[in-house]
Amino acid sequence: MANNILVVGELDGGAPSTTTLELLGGAQGLAAGGSVSVSLLGTGATAAAGQAAGAAKAYVSDDAAYDTFRGEQWLAAVQEAVTQSGANVVLIGQSVVGRELGPRLASRLGTAAAMDCVSVADAGGALQFTRPAYGGNALATYTIATSPAVATVRAKSFEPASGGGAGETVALPGAGESRVAVLGSEKAESTGLQIQDAAVVISGGRGLGAPEGFQQMEALAAAIGTDKAAVGASRAAVDLGWYPPSQQVGLTGKVVNPDLYIAVAISGASQHMAGCSGSKVIVAINRDKDANIFGFAKYGIVGDWKAVVPALIEELKKLK
Amino acid sequence: MHIVVCAKQIPDPETPPAAFKIDAATNKVIPAAGIAPVLSQFDGIAAEAALRIKEAKGGKVTVISLGAESAQAAIKQVLAMGADEGVLLKDAAFDDGDSYTTAKALAAAIKKLGDVDAVFCGRQAADWDMGQVGLLVAEELGWPVAIIAKGVEATDSGLKIQRVLADGFETVEMPLPAVVTVSNEFGDPRYPKLPQIMAAAKKTVTPWAAADLGLDAGSVGKAGARLQLQKLFIPEKSSKVELIAGDTPQEQAAALVAKLVADKTL
Repeated sequence: MANNILVVGELDGGAPSTTTLELLGGAQGLAAGGSVSVSLLGTGATAAAGQAAGAAKAYVSDDAAYDTFRGEQWLAAVQEAVTQSGANVVLIGQSVVGRELGPRLASRLGTAAAMDCVSVADAGGALQFTRPAYGGNALATYTIATSPAVATVRAKSFEPASGGGAGETVALPGAGESRVAVLGSEKAESTGLQIQDAAVVISGGRGLGAPEGFQQMEALAAAIGTDKAAVGASRAAVDLGWYPPSQQVGLTGKVVNPDLYIAVAISGASQHMAGCSGSKVIVAINRDKDANIFGFAKYGIVGDWKAVVPALIEELKKLK
Repeated sequence: MHIVVCAKQIPDPETPPAAFKIDAATNKVIPAAGIAPVLSQFDGIAAEAALRIKEAKGGKVTVISLGAESAQAAIKQVLAMGADEGVLLKDAAFDDGDSYTTAKALAAAIKKLGDVDAVFCGRQAADWDMGQVGLLVAEELGWPVAIIAKGVEATDSGLKIQRVLADGFETVEMPLPAVVTVSNEFGDPRYPKLPQIMAAAKKTVTPWAAADLGLDAGSVGKAGARLQLQKLFIPEKSSKVELIAGDTPQEQAAALVAKLVADKTL
């Protein structure tokens, strides 16, 4: 079935964000003869439309008031883009924007949102939205009876779009009123690459035995490259104070979908797997061959991390 | 200030994966034997946030849950923490609904209470992890909303909230009445003491059915749901984990790196 798809884009440094390009890639595959359009809000939106590969049309406003996300302002603009584009499917990233916009947009349009999807599939009939539930123990597939179908989608669920940018731009109104006032913001102290953005995430668990174990995790990340790899931790390790909460992977921490996830001395509780089960390849290093983590891993090493990790660091250094 | 806390009872998320089973015929989780359902952890944190405001500014906290009779336990837990009144939205018509029908019933109950200044919800229920109900309650009521709060403070003019963002946090302010969803970064909820648990056990929880809320049975639960669950399943684990052989950790490490390079993962 042909679908007219609107991607709610986000800007990153004046260009469509990586997730926006992935959603456009997904939309290209699902449109099946229908149209693909994108909304872009904030400084540089009109210029960014030219880089929105996969979109035929871009609904834009360069109003700098959109640079800080305020739900009510974005809602009005995106609702206008939905109406004008005649979209029957709206895709949004599972981000600060998507978490708020998805449900509210669906409510205002008299429809429903499927949140945090890892796949959107055309099985002939209504689109099927699949998302993790029960802390990653289960997957749930939904259809949406009402139109448009709204979905927020996890990063790295689709391949980025190819092709040129949007050929046509349509102006959206500038930002209206917001009852919620943003008084200020603070960036978290971060030692470089954020774990959600890293291509490789190395996570340590309680099995490291001591906080010093994380120095070895950091050495492993450095051997892969600090521009690619970041270090995460299980909730157990964070609760013990061994590593900062900002690095916690899991249901109540960060959700990561890296190309490679290396779980060191982590048992693989469902709470933790909810945060990393979307990884392309999981490598587990654990002394307990019956550890749950091996059920999710593509490759496993049964052994003491204290011996395996230094050997791994030496091997990785040889690649350079 | 009168704050409503929305609380959900869920299967214990700490249930071992081996005990987690799904009935494929009904697309429902089979309750694990001997593991009692619990208050969704984020809702306990939302209750903590509400109670701290009550302690600082005075007022009242009402806890509302939509669920089966067993959800009394979740309500009693929040009452034991210090909430004043409990309401259970219980009706077979509410069964198998979605976030929208749940929010619709909660919003109708909040309207029925009449004098509510703020609604506090957990950032998401720790079973379905959708994170929609708080936002949808706000939309149903037409109130402003701030989600994923790590700090909530009552000011003279409304609520001041610290929200968790991907790379930090922001401070926002909004007028009352308003909806807030609270995240785990807020901190742990209090543990009720025995006398409080005993006192809560004696409290009467008000039961409201769809008709009490002026809701048509055909507009809630499965009949009113827009999001239609087609299939709930346990993903096939790549149980064919390839264990890397080798006589020494060095051999294993070399074999693993070779495989990751061959896969183009590295």
